[in-house]
Amino acid sequence: MRLNPAIAVDNLVKRYGAVQALDGLSFHVEHGSTCALLGGNGAGKTTTLAILLGVLLPSSGSVRVLGEDMVRSRYRVLPRMNFTSPYVDLPKKLTVRENLVVFSHLYGLKQIRRRIAELAEQFEFAALLDRYYGTLSAGQRTRVSVAKALLNRPEVLLLDEPTASLDPDISDRIRTHLLDYQKQSGATLFLASHNMVEVERICHQVLMMKAGAIVDRGSPRQLIARYGRSSMEEVFLDVARAGPGKAVLAAGAAPR
Amino acid sequence: MSGSLQRIYGMVLRHVYLWRRSWVRVLETAYWPTMNMVLWGFVAKFFAGNSSVVAQVPALLVTGLLLWEVLFRGQLAFALAFLEELYSRNLGHLFVSPLRPVELIASMVAVSFLRTCVGVGVAVGLAIALYAASIFDLGLPLVAYFANLLVTGWAVGLMVAALVMRYGLAAENLAWGVIFIIAPISGIYYPVSVLPGWLQNVARCLPTSYVFEGMRGVLLEGRFKWDLLFGAVALNAVYVALGAGIFYAAFRGARQRGALLQMGE
Repeated sequence: MRLNPAIAVDNLVKRYGAVQALDGLSFHVEHGSTCALLGGNGAGKTTTLAILLGVLLPSSGSVRVLGEDMVRSRYRVLPRMNFTSPYVDLPKKLTVRENLVVFSHLYGLKQIRRRIAELAEQFEFAALLDRYYGTLSAGQRTRVSVAKALLNRPEVLLLDEPTASLDPDISDRIRTHLLDYQKQSGATLFLASHNMVEVERICHQVLMMKAGAIVDRGSPRQLIARYGRSSMEEVFLDVARAGPGKAVLAAGAAPR
Repeated sequence: MSGSLQRIYGMVLRHVYLWRRSWVRVLETAYWPTMNMVLWGFVAKFFAGNSSVVAQVPALLVTGLLLWEVLFRGQLAFALAFLEELYSRNLGHLFVSPLRPVELIASMVAVSFLRTCVGVGVAVGLAIALYAASIFDLGLPLVAYFANLLVTGWAVGLMVAALVMRYGLAAENLAWGVIFIIAPISGIYYPVSVLPGWLQNVARCLPTSYVFEGMRGVLLEGRFKWDLLFGAVALNAVYVALGAGIFYAAFRGARQRGALLQMGE
Protein backbone atom coordinates (compact mmCIF):
# COMPACT_ATOMS: atom_id res chain seq x y z
CA MET A 1 0.00 0.00 0.00
CA ARG A 2 1.30 3.47 -0.87
CA LEU A 3 1.34 5.80 2.09
CA ASN A 4 2.32 9.05 0.39
CA PRO A 5 0.09 10.77 -2.14
CA ALA A 6 1.39 10.89 -5.71
CA ILE A 7 1.60 14.67 -5.51
CA ALA A 8 1.84 16.59 -2.23
CA VAL A 9 1.94 20.38 -2.29
CA ASP A 10 2.12 22.28 0.98
CA ASN A 11 1.84 26.01 1.48
CA LEU A 12 3.40 26.80 -1.87
CA VAL A 13 4.30 30.43 -2.48
CA LYS A 14 5.83 31.96 -5.61
CA ARG A 15 6.65 35.62 -5.98
CA TYR A 16 8.05 37.35 -9.05
CA GLY A 17 9.30 40.56 -7.48
CA ALA A 18 6.20 42.32 -6.22
CA VAL A 19 3.83 39.95 -8.02
CA GLN A 20 2.42 37.12 -5.93
CA ALA A 21 1.85 34.31 -8.44
CA LEU A 22 1.01 31.61 -5.88
CA ASP A 23 -0.31 32.36 -2.43
CA GLY A 24 -0.02 29.42 -0.05
CA LEU A 25 -1.21 26.59 -2.31
CA SER A 26 -1.82 23.22 -0.61
CA PHE A 27 -3.26 20.08 -2.12
CA HIS A 28 -2.70 16.35 -2.43
CA VAL A 29 -3.37 14.11 -5.42
CA GLU A 30 -3.88 10.41 -4.75
CA HIS A 31 -2.22 7.67 -6.78
CA GLY A 32 -4.19 6.62 -9.82
CA SER A 33 -6.50 9.61 -9.79
CA THR A 34 -6.98 12.46 -12.23
CA CYS A 35 -6.85 16.00 -10.93
CA ALA A 36 -7.53 19.19 -12.86
CA LEU A 37 -6.34 22.66 -12.11
CA LEU A 38 -8.96 25.14 -13.31
CA GLY A 39 -8.74 28.88 -13.39
CA GLY A 40 -8.75 31.87 -15.68
CA ASN A 41 -5.70 33.25 -17.41
CA GLY A 42 -3.12 34.33 -14.84
CA ALA A 43 -4.66 32.27 -12.05
CA GLY A 44 -1.36 30.44 -11.48
CA LYS A 45 -1.96 27.13 -13.26
CA THR A 46 1.18 27.20 -15.42
CA THR A 47 3.25 28.37 -12.46
CA THR A 48 1.98 25.43 -10.43
CA LEU A 49 2.72 22.98 -13.26
CA ALA A 50 6.22 24.39 -13.71
CA ILE A 51 6.97 23.98 -10.00
CA LEU A 52 5.60 20.43 -10.07
CA LEU A 53 8.00 19.70 -12.93
CA GLY A 54 10.90 21.24 -11.04
CA VAL A 55 11.68 23.81 -13.74
CA LEU A 56 10.54 26.67 -11.52
CA LEU A 57 11.75 27.20 -7.97
CA PRO A 58 9.15 28.17 -5.38
CA SER A 59 9.72 31.12 -3.04
CA SER A 60 8.64 28.90 -0.14
CA GLY A 61 6.63 25.78 0.61
CA SER A 62 7.22 22.18 -0.44
CA VAL A 63 6.39 20.06 -3.47
CA ARG A 64 6.76 16.30 -3.47
CA VAL A 65 6.08 14.04 -6.41
CA LEU A 66 6.13 10.30 -5.74
CA GLY A 67 7.67 11.13 -2.39
CA GLU A 68 10.61 13.13 -3.83
CA ASP A 69 11.27 16.79 -3.20
CA MET A 70 11.08 18.53 -6.59
CA VAL A 71 13.42 21.33 -5.54
CA ARG A 72 16.27 19.19 -4.23
CA SER A 73 15.99 15.76 -5.80
CA ARG A 74 13.97 16.10 -9.00
CA TYR A 75 16.30 13.87 -11.01
CA ARG A 76 15.31 10.89 -8.86
CA VAL A 77 11.71 11.18 -9.94
CA LEU A 78 11.85 12.71 -13.44
CA PRO A 79 12.35 9.28 -15.11
CA ARG A 80 8.99 8.26 -13.59
CA MET A 81 7.14 11.38 -14.77
CA ASN A 82 6.40 13.03 -18.07
CA PHE A 83 4.79 16.14 -19.45
CA THR A 84 3.07 17.43 -22.55
CA SER A 85 1.95 20.86 -23.60
CA PRO A 86 0.89 22.33 -26.93
CA TYR A 87 3.01 25.35 -26.00
CA VAL A 88 6.29 23.44 -25.85
CA ASP A 89 7.30 22.07 -29.24
CA LEU A 90 9.31 19.11 -30.38
CA PRO A 91 12.04 19.82 -32.96
CA LYS A 92 10.22 20.49 -36.23
CA LYS A 93 13.07 19.46 -38.50
CA LEU A 94 13.25 15.96 -37.09
CA THR A 95 10.82 13.28 -38.17
CA VAL A 96 8.27 11.92 -35.73
CA ARG A 97 10.32 8.73 -35.36
CA GLU A 98 13.56 10.64 -34.76
CA ASN A 99 11.93 12.77 -32.10
CA LEU A 100 10.60 9.72 -30.32
CA VAL A 101 13.96 7.93 -30.56
CA VAL A 102 15.76 10.93 -29.03
CA PHE A 103 13.32 11.19 -26.14
CA SER A 104 13.39 7.41 -25.65
CA HIS A 105 17.12 7.74 -25.02
CA LEU A 106 16.59 10.67 -22.67
CA TYR A 107 14.17 8.55 -20.63
CA GLY A 108 16.51 5.54 -20.67
CA LEU A 109 14.25 3.17 -22.64
CA LYS A 110 15.65 -0.18 -23.69
CA GLN A 111 13.35 -1.54 -26.41
CA ILE A 112 12.91 1.70 -28.24
CA ARG A 113 11.73 0.43 -31.61
CA ARG A 114 9.05 -1.74 -30.06
CA ARG A 115 7.77 1.03 -27.76
CA ILE A 116 7.53 3.54 -30.62
CA ALA A 117 5.66 0.99 -32.76
CA GLU A 118 3.22 0.34 -29.89
CA LEU A 119 2.49 4.03 -29.40
CA ALA A 120 2.28 4.71 -33.14
CA GLU A 121 -0.34 2.01 -33.45
CA GLN A 122 -2.22 3.10 -30.36
CA PHE A 123 -2.29 6.76 -31.38
CA GLU A 124 -2.77 5.96 -35.07
CA PHE A 125 0.27 7.77 -36.45
CA ALA A 126 2.26 4.86 -37.86
CA ALA A 127 1.92 6.40 -41.33
CA LEU A 128 3.39 9.65 -40.05
CA LEU A 129 6.52 8.22 -38.43
CA ASP A 130 8.84 9.35 -41.21
CA ARG A 131 7.28 12.75 -41.71
CA TYR A 132 8.84 15.89 -40.28
CA TYR A 133 7.16 16.93 -37.03
CA GLY A 134 6.88 20.48 -38.40
CA THR A 135 4.68 19.34 -41.29
CA LEU A 136 2.01 17.78 -39.07
CA SER A 137 -1.39 19.31 -38.34
CA ALA A 138 -2.20 20.50 -34.82
CA GLY A 139 -4.13 17.31 -34.09
CA GLN A 140 -1.32 15.08 -35.36
CA ARG A 141 1.24 17.02 -33.34
CA THR A 142 -0.83 16.63 -30.21
CA ARG A 143 -1.07 12.86 -30.71
CA VAL A 144 2.69 12.63 -31.18
CA SER A 145 3.33 14.90 -28.22
CA VAL A 146 1.08 12.82 -25.95
CA ALA A 147 2.78 9.67 -27.25
CA LYS A 148 6.14 11.23 -26.35
CA ALA A 149 4.76 11.83 -22.86
CA LEU A 150 3.84 8.14 -22.55
CA LEU A 151 7.16 6.76 -23.85
CA ASN A 152 8.49 5.98 -20.39
CA ARG A 153 5.13 4.74 -19.05
CA PRO A 154 5.06 7.56 -16.48
CA GLU A 155 3.55 7.06 -13.04
CA VAL A 156 2.71 10.76 -12.95
CA LEU A 157 1.70 12.53 -16.13
CA LEU A 158 1.38 16.31 -16.20
CA LEU A 159 -0.66 17.80 -19.02
CA ASP A 160 -0.95 21.46 -19.88
CA GLU A 161 -4.19 21.96 -21.84
CA PRO A 162 -3.81 18.62 -23.63
CA THR A 163 -6.64 19.27 -26.09
CA ALA A 164 -6.21 23.00 -26.69
CA SER A 165 -7.12 24.05 -30.25
CA LEU A 166 -8.18 20.54 -31.27
CA ASP A 167 -11.48 19.66 -32.89
CA PRO A 168 -13.99 17.71 -30.75
CA ASP A 169 -13.28 14.42 -32.51
CA ILE A 170 -9.53 14.52 -31.91
CA SER A 171 -10.02 15.89 -28.40
CA ASP A 172 -12.27 12.96 -27.60
CA ARG A 173 -9.73 10.46 -28.96
CA ILE A 174 -6.94 12.00 -26.90
CA ARG A 175 -9.06 11.82 -23.76
CA THR A 176 -9.93 8.19 -24.51
CA HIS A 177 -6.24 7.35 -24.92
CA LEU A 178 -5.37 9.05 -21.65
CA LEU A 179 -8.14 7.22 -19.78
CA ASP A 180 -7.09 3.89 -21.31
CA TYR A 181 -3.52 4.52 -20.27
CA GLN A 182 -4.57 5.38 -16.76
CA LYS A 183 -6.76 2.28 -16.52
CA GLN A 184 -3.92 0.03 -17.68
CA SER A 185 -1.11 1.61 -15.69
CA GLY A 186 -2.74 3.13 -12.62
CA ALA A 187 -0.93 6.39 -13.40
CA THR A 188 -1.78 9.71 -11.80
CA LEU A 189 -2.85 12.43 -14.22
CA PHE A 190 -2.64 16.11 -13.36
CA LEU A 191 -3.83 18.61 -15.91
CA ALA A 192 -4.34 22.30 -16.37
CA SER A 193 -7.28 22.84 -18.66
CA HIS A 194 -9.84 25.31 -19.93
CA ASN A 195 -11.92 22.53 -21.42
CA MET A 196 -14.77 21.93 -18.99
CA VAL A 197 -16.17 18.93 -20.90
CA GLU A 198 -12.80 17.30 -20.53
CA VAL A 199 -12.66 18.05 -16.84
CA GLU A 200 -16.14 16.65 -16.25
CA ARG A 201 -15.36 13.53 -18.20
CA ILE A 202 -11.99 12.47 -16.90
CA CYS A 203 -11.28 14.15 -13.56
CA HIS A 204 -11.85 12.77 -10.07
CA GLN A 205 -10.82 15.99 -8.38
CA VAL A 206 -10.88 19.63 -9.45
CA LEU A 207 -8.92 22.47 -7.90
CA MET A 208 -10.41 25.86 -8.70
CA MET A 209 -7.75 28.56 -8.78
CA LYS A 210 -7.98 32.28 -8.69
CA ALA A 211 -5.25 34.87 -8.17
CA GLY A 212 -2.72 32.26 -7.13
CA ALA A 213 -4.87 30.50 -4.56
CA ILE A 214 -7.22 27.53 -4.48
CA VAL A 215 -10.69 28.92 -3.93
CA ASP A 216 -12.65 25.67 -4.11
CA ARG A 217 -12.12 21.97 -4.66
CA GLY A 218 -14.05 18.74 -5.07
CA SER A 219 -15.17 16.28 -7.70
CA PRO A 220 -16.91 17.76 -10.76
CA ARG A 221 -20.21 16.34 -9.48
CA GLN A 222 -19.71 17.86 -6.01
CA LEU A 223 -18.82 21.26 -7.45
CA ILE A 224 -21.77 21.29 -9.84
CA ALA A 225 -24.10 20.40 -6.96
CA ARG A 226 -22.52 22.93 -4.58
CA TYR A 227 -22.96 25.80 -7.01
CA GLY A 228 -26.41 24.65 -8.10
CA ARG A 229 -25.35 24.53 -11.73
CA SER A 230 -25.69 22.03 -14.54
CA SER A 231 -22.11 22.00 -15.83
CA MET A 232 -18.53 22.75 -14.88
CA GLU A 233 -18.54 25.59 -17.37
CA GLU A 234 -21.17 27.39 -15.29
CA VAL A 235 -19.25 26.64 -12.10
CA PHE A 236 -16.12 28.07 -13.72
CA LEU A 237 -17.95 31.27 -14.62
CA ASP A 238 -19.32 31.61 -11.09
CA VAL A 239 -15.85 31.27 -9.62
CA ALA A 240 -14.21 33.52 -12.19
CA ARG A 241 -16.79 36.29 -11.73
CA ALA A 242 -17.06 36.14 -7.96
CA GLY A 243 -15.05 38.61 -5.84
CA PRO A 244 -11.31 38.50 -5.60
CA GLY A 245 -9.16 35.63 -4.43
CA LYS A 246 -10.21 33.32 -1.68
CA ALA A 247 -13.51 35.06 -1.09
CA VAL A 248 -15.52 32.55 -3.12
CA LEU A 249 -15.96 29.90 -0.45
CA ALA A 250 -15.90 32.26 2.50
CA ALA A 251 -18.57 34.53 1.09
CA GLY A 252 -20.78 31.58 0.26
CA ALA A 253 -21.18 32.73 -3.30
CA ALA A 254 -22.59 29.36 -4.15
CA PRO A 255 -24.94 27.67 -4.40
CA ARG A 256 -27.38 29.81 -6.24
CA MET B 1 24.86 1.92 -21.87
CA SER B 2 24.51 3.70 -18.53
CA GLY B 3 21.64 6.13 -18.06
CA SER B 4 23.85 9.19 -18.29
CA LEU B 5 25.69 7.99 -21.40
CA GLN B 6 22.42 7.05 -23.06
CA ARG B 7 21.03 10.54 -22.50
CA ILE B 8 24.17 12.16 -23.91
CA TYR B 9 24.00 9.78 -26.87
CA GLY B 10 20.35 10.75 -27.40
CA MET B 11 21.23 14.44 -27.53
CA VAL B 12 24.12 13.85 -29.95
CA LEU B 13 21.81 11.73 -32.11
CA ARG B 14 19.37 14.64 -32.23
CA HIS B 15 22.04 16.77 -33.97
CA VAL B 16 23.29 13.98 -36.20
CA TYR B 17 19.70 13.48 -37.46
CA LEU B 18 19.61 17.15 -38.29
CA TRP B 19 22.90 17.17 -40.22
CA ARG B 20 22.64 13.93 -42.11
CA ARG B 21 19.82 15.10 -44.31
CA SER B 22 20.77 18.75 -44.54
CA TRP B 23 23.67 19.29 -46.96
CA VAL B 24 23.30 23.02 -46.31
CA ARG B 25 24.26 22.54 -42.66
CA VAL B 26 27.23 20.37 -43.57
CA LEU B 27 28.33 22.85 -46.24
CA GLU B 28 27.98 25.75 -43.82
CA THR B 29 30.17 23.90 -41.33
CA ALA B 30 33.06 23.68 -43.80
CA TYR B 31 32.41 26.82 -45.85
CA TRP B 32 34.09 29.62 -43.86
CA PRO B 33 37.13 27.68 -42.68
CA THR B 34 37.76 26.69 -46.29
CA MET B 35 37.16 30.17 -47.72
CA ASN B 36 39.41 31.82 -45.13
CA MET B 37 42.13 29.30 -45.66
CA VAL B 38 42.05 29.64 -49.47
CA LEU B 39 42.10 33.44 -49.34
CA TRP B 40 44.85 33.82 -46.75
CA GLY B 41 46.81 30.95 -48.18
CA PHE B 42 47.14 32.71 -51.55
CA VAL B 43 48.00 36.02 -49.88
CA ALA B 44 50.74 34.30 -47.92
CA LYS B 45 52.00 32.51 -51.01
CA PHE B 46 52.26 35.83 -52.85
CA PHE B 47 54.38 37.35 -50.07
CA ALA B 48 56.55 34.28 -49.82
CA GLY B 49 57.28 34.41 -53.55
CA ASN B 50 58.44 38.03 -53.30
CA SER B 51 60.71 37.99 -50.29
CA SER B 52 63.00 35.35 -48.93
CA VAL B 53 62.66 36.89 -45.46
CA VAL B 54 59.07 35.89 -45.25
CA ALA B 55 59.47 32.50 -46.83
CA GLN B 56 57.94 30.87 -43.80
CA VAL B 57 54.87 33.06 -43.81
CA PRO B 58 52.59 30.60 -45.64
CA ALA B 59 53.10 27.87 -43.04
CA LEU B 60 52.73 30.31 -40.15
CA LEU B 61 49.70 32.06 -41.57
CA VAL B 62 47.87 28.97 -42.76
CA THR B 63 48.60 27.02 -39.58
CA GLY B 64 47.57 30.00 -37.43
CA LEU B 65 44.41 30.40 -39.43
CA LEU B 66 43.48 26.73 -39.21
CA LEU B 67 44.09 26.64 -35.46
CA TRP B 68 42.02 29.80 -35.06
CA GLU B 69 39.24 28.07 -36.98
CA VAL B 70 39.42 25.20 -34.48
CA LEU B 71 38.76 27.69 -31.67
CA PHE B 72 36.07 29.63 -33.50
CA ARG B 73 34.26 26.59 -34.91
CA GLY B 74 34.47 24.77 -31.59
CA GLN B 75 32.90 27.68 -29.73
CA LEU B 76 30.30 28.32 -32.42
CA ALA B 77 29.25 24.68 -32.70
CA PHE B 78 28.89 24.47 -28.92
CA ALA B 79 26.74 27.59 -28.75
CA LEU B 80 24.69 26.58 -31.81
CA ALA B 81 23.89 23.20 -30.28
CA PHE B 82 22.24 25.13 -27.44
CA LEU B 83 20.61 27.71 -29.71
CA GLU B 84 19.13 24.91 -31.81
CA GLU B 85 16.99 23.92 -28.80
CA LEU B 86 15.73 27.49 -28.49
CA TYR B 87 14.98 27.77 -32.19
CA SER B 88 12.88 24.61 -31.95
CA ARG B 89 11.32 25.65 -28.60
CA ASN B 90 12.36 22.27 -27.24
CA LEU B 91 14.17 23.32 -24.05
CA GLY B 92 11.04 22.83 -22.00
CA HIS B 93 10.83 19.17 -22.98
CA LEU B 94 14.54 18.68 -22.33
CA PHE B 95 14.56 20.22 -18.89
CA VAL B 96 11.54 18.22 -17.69
CA SER B 97 13.22 15.02 -18.88
CA PRO B 98 15.87 13.27 -16.78
CA LEU B 99 18.59 15.05 -18.82
CA ARG B 100 20.87 16.85 -16.36
CA PRO B 101 22.59 20.13 -17.23
CA VAL B 102 25.98 18.42 -17.08
CA GLU B 103 24.76 15.84 -19.62
CA LEU B 104 23.45 18.59 -21.87
CA ILE B 105 26.89 20.22 -21.67
CA ALA B 106 28.60 16.90 -22.43
CA SER B 107 26.41 16.43 -25.50
CA MET B 108 27.23 19.96 -26.70
CA VAL B 109 30.93 19.18 -26.26
CA ALA B 110 30.56 16.03 -28.39
CA VAL B 111 28.56 17.86 -31.05
CA SER B 112 31.10 20.68 -31.12
CA PHE B 113 33.98 18.21 -31.51
CA LEU B 114 32.27 16.46 -34.44
CA ARG B 115 31.35 19.70 -36.21
CA THR B 116 34.82 21.16 -35.75
CA CYS B 117 36.46 18.03 -37.16
CA VAL B 118 34.22 18.18 -40.23
CA GLY B 119 34.52 21.95 -40.71
CA VAL B 120 38.24 22.30 -40.21
CA GLY B 121 39.04 18.90 -41.74
CA VAL B 122 38.01 20.04 -45.23
CA ALA B 123 40.15 23.18 -44.93
CA VAL B 124 43.12 21.17 -43.67
CA GLY B 125 42.91 18.87 -46.68
CA LEU B 126 42.74 21.79 -49.09
CA ALA B 127 45.68 23.52 -47.41
CA ILE B 128 47.83 20.48 -48.11
CA ALA B 129 46.63 20.25 -51.71
CA LEU B 130 46.95 23.95 -52.57
CA TYR B 131 49.95 25.17 -50.59
CA ALA B 132 51.69 22.05 -49.34
CA ALA B 133 51.14 23.64 -45.93
CA SER B 134 50.19 20.80 -43.68
CA ILE B 135 49.02 21.46 -40.17
CA PHE B 136 50.22 17.93 -39.46
CA ASP B 137 53.79 19.26 -39.73
CA LEU B 138 53.24 20.30 -36.14
CA GLY B 139 53.31 16.62 -35.26
CA LEU B 140 52.16 15.50 -31.83
CA PRO B 141 51.98 19.04 -30.41
CA LEU B 142 49.10 19.57 -32.81
CA VAL B 143 46.94 17.29 -30.64
CA ALA B 144 47.75 19.38 -27.57
CA TYR B 145 47.03 22.68 -29.36
CA PHE B 146 43.86 21.34 -30.96
CA ALA B 147 42.57 20.09 -27.60
CA ASN B 148 43.39 23.33 -25.82
CA LEU B 149 41.73 25.52 -28.42
CA LEU B 150 38.62 23.34 -28.39
CA VAL B 151 38.45 23.57 -24.61
CA THR B 152 38.78 27.37 -24.76
CA GLY B 153 35.97 27.37 -27.34
CA TRP B 154 33.76 25.32 -25.00
CA ALA B 155 34.47 27.63 -22.06
CA VAL B 156 33.41 30.64 -24.15
CA GLY B 157 30.46 28.62 -25.52
CA LEU B 158 29.29 27.93 -21.96
CA MET B 159 29.32 31.66 -21.22
CA VAL B 160 27.40 32.41 -24.43
CA ALA B 161 24.81 29.72 -23.61
CA ALA B 162 24.46 31.23 -20.14
CA LEU B 163 23.85 34.69 -21.60
CA VAL B 164 21.28 33.27 -24.02
CA MET B 165 19.56 31.57 -21.08
CA ARG B 166 19.50 34.89 -19.25
CA TYR B 167 18.62 37.26 -22.11
CA GLY B 168 16.99 34.93 -24.63
CA LEU B 169 17.63 35.01 -28.36
CA ALA B 170 18.50 38.71 -28.13
CA ALA B 171 21.94 37.46 -27.07
CA GLU B 172 22.17 35.12 -30.08
CA ASN B 173 24.62 37.32 -32.01
CA LEU B 174 27.20 36.84 -29.26
CA ALA B 175 27.54 33.25 -30.45
CA TRP B 176 28.89 34.53 -33.76
CA GLY B 177 31.01 37.42 -32.67
CA VAL B 178 32.18 37.20 -29.09
CA ILE B 179 35.28 35.10 -29.77
CA PHE B 180 36.72 37.79 -32.07
CA ILE B 181 37.33 39.99 -29.01
CA ILE B 182 40.34 37.84 -28.18
CA ALA B 183 41.58 37.41 -31.76
CA PRO B 184 43.86 40.50 -31.88
CA ILE B 185 45.54 39.66 -28.57
CA SER B 186 45.90 35.92 -29.03
CA GLY B 187 48.95 36.25 -31.28
CA ILE B 188 47.45 34.15 -34.06
CA TYR B 189 49.49 35.65 -36.90
CA TYR B 190 52.13 37.63 -34.98
CA PRO B 191 53.99 37.21 -31.70
CA VAL B 192 52.42 38.64 -28.56
CA SER B 193 55.58 40.76 -28.17
CA VAL B 194 54.37 43.14 -30.90
CA LEU B 195 51.48 44.21 -28.68
CA PRO B 196 51.75 47.23 -26.33
CA GLY B 197 52.92 46.27 -22.84
CA TRP B 198 49.56 46.41 -21.14
CA LEU B 199 47.96 44.31 -23.88
CA GLN B 200 50.72 41.74 -23.51
CA ASN B 201 49.63 41.39 -19.88
CA VAL B 202 46.05 40.82 -21.03
CA ALA B 203 47.27 38.30 -23.59
CA ARG B 204 49.08 36.36 -20.85
CA CYS B 205 45.68 35.75 -19.25
CA LEU B 206 44.42 33.99 -22.38
CA PRO B 207 45.14 30.30 -23.05
CA THR B 208 45.02 31.04 -26.78
CA SER B 209 48.14 33.23 -26.68
CA TYR B 210 50.13 30.33 -25.18
CA VAL B 211 48.89 27.99 -27.90
CA PHE B 212 49.80 30.29 -30.78
CA GLU B 213 53.18 31.12 -29.27
CA GLY B 214 53.74 27.40 -28.92
CA MET B 215 52.76 26.87 -32.55
CA ARG B 216 55.37 29.42 -33.67
CA GLY B 217 57.95 27.74 -31.46
CA VAL B 218 57.42 24.44 -33.26
CA LEU B 219 57.27 25.92 -36.78
CA LEU B 220 60.14 28.41 -36.48
CA GLU B 221 62.45 26.80 -33.94
CA GLY B 222 61.40 23.18 -34.19
CA ARG B 223 60.95 23.16 -30.41
CA PHE B 224 57.91 22.17 -28.36
CA LYS B 225 57.67 24.45 -25.35
CA TRP B 226 56.13 22.58 -22.47
CA ASP B 227 55.81 25.69 -20.30
CA LEU B 228 53.50 27.24 -22.89
CA LEU B 229 51.38 24.10 -22.97
CA PHE B 230 51.09 24.02 -19.18
CA GLY B 231 50.14 27.70 -19.18
CA ALA B 232 47.37 27.04 -21.67
CA VAL B 233 46.07 24.01 -19.75
CA ALA B 234 46.05 25.86 -16.41
CA LEU B 235 44.22 28.87 -17.85
CA ASN B 236 41.74 26.61 -19.62
CA ALA B 237 40.95 24.91 -16.33
CA VAL B 238 40.14 28.33 -14.87
CA TYR B 239 38.01 29.40 -17.84
CA VAL B 240 36.08 26.13 -18.00
CA ALA B 241 35.32 26.36 -14.28
CA LEU B 242 34.23 29.96 -14.78
CA GLY B 243 32.10 29.07 -17.81
CA ALA B 244 30.45 26.16 -15.98
CA GLY B 245 29.83 28.37 -12.95
CA ILE B 246 28.16 31.05 -15.08
CA PHE B 247 26.12 28.42 -16.96
CA TYR B 248 24.85 26.88 -13.70
CA ALA B 249 24.09 30.31 -12.25
CA ALA B 250 22.10 31.18 -15.39
CA PHE B 251 20.29 27.83 -15.19
CA ARG B 252 19.36 28.47 -11.58
CA GLY B 253 18.28 32.00 -12.46
CA ALA B 254 16.06 30.63 -15.24
CA ARG B 255 14.54 28.22 -12.71
CA GLN B 256 13.86 31.16 -10.41
CA ARG B 257 12.19 33.18 -13.18
CA GLY B 258 10.34 30.28 -14.73
CA ALA B 259 12.02 30.91 -18.07
CA LEU B 260 12.86 27.30 -18.94
CA LEU B 261 9.42 26.28 -20.19
CA GLN B 262 8.85 29.40 -22.28
CA MET B 263 12.30 29.90 -23.70
CA GLY B 264 12.28 30.07 -27.48
CA GLU B 265 11.73 32.24 -30.51
